Amino acid sequence: MNHDPESKRTTFSSLIKRYRFMGPGLRRRDSWGLVLLLALLAAPAAAVQPDEMLQNPALEARAREISKELRCVVCQNQSIDDSDAPLARDLRIVVREQLTLGRSDDQIMDYVVQRYGQFVLLKPPVEGDTLPLWIGPFAVLGIGGLGLLAWARRRKPAEVAPLTAAEAAEIDRLG
Amino acid sequence: MQRLLFIVPVVAFLAMVAFFGFGLTQDPKELPSQLIDRPLPQFALPGIADVPGGGPGFASAALTGEPALLNIFASWCAACPQEHPVLTRITREGYPVYGIAWKDKPQDSREWLAKFGDPYKTVAADEAGRTAIDLGVTGVPETFIVDKRGRVRFKQIGPISPEQWEGTIRPLMQKLRAEA
Repeated sequence: MNHDPESKRTTFSSLIKRYRFMGPGLRRRDSWGLVLLLALLAAPAAAVQPDEMLQNPALEARAREISKELRCVVCQNQSIDDSDAPLARDLRIVVREQLTLGRSDDQIMDYVVQRYGQFVLLKPPVEGDTLPLWIGPFAVLGIGGLGLLAWARRRKPAEVAPLTAAEAAEIDRLG
Repeated sequence: MQRLLFIVPVVAFLAMVAFFGFGLTQDPKELPSQLIDRPLPQFALPGIADVPGGGPGFASAALTGEPALLNIFASWCAACPQEHPVLTRITREGYPVYGIAWKDKPQDSREWLAKFGDPYKTVAADEAGRTAIDLGVTGVPETFIVDKRGRVRFKQIGPISPEQWEGTIRPLMQKLRAEA
């Protein structure tokens, strides 16, 4: 056989080559379709693995909702639902175990908070020391708005120079 | 009035800069432990001596009667070899150090201890990482200081440096030994 063995196997580089070969023939509209398709495919990315999931779809849905509210303590700006960290996986499993034990959402949140503190709640509760977090942005907006209002009130309309005799004559002529 | 309108926002801005500037000096990875002044969560873990079967291991009750250190480590942990000589020294100075190998195969923990030397009084394996979650562990190494009554009094996140041992942890251990 005098086949080039490379041509038989579909390797990544062969795909790239094929795509590049097709490249000039692709119309712009087609490539936008491709971009859109890839973007849609990329959207539903969660870290939950099939082996973690619960059989009961209602419980699994609750597990997902709870996981979205809990911060991954390793990667911190991701929820445990998003994070691929091993500790996030452990916590997802803990959440599901607690659900199968019949615990309520609040009880499960408490379970995790008792161990890792309120920092794990991506939506902190409204309490004394979290109050600045909740009202701070509105307070800043309010102060800024008041300042803007005061500034706008104080600003006098620009004085309009009186018409010159020539301009008045021009208006008379047009009128 | 005009002057005040200028000064107030500037002062407010500088206060914010100071606040956020201070925030930048803090390590967000260091979560304060929820266990301070609370009893060590109950656990009973198998050892790493002979797998499977588990060897003796130890339970949370082992850390009562005498102030002790509970060190969380793993063979895959990059900072643990750095902390290892300090743990060896702590043991040599007569303070009990208990070890929990976190998310580590007992075989790997054993090889790691054979390579670096075993500074621990006893070692238990938390392969599933469930005890670590009860302890609020976020990574390795972490060390809990437990008093005579089995309450957690201090948590060290990251390796213990010789300076931290001499300056903070050893004085605390001496204080805990003196407690009734």
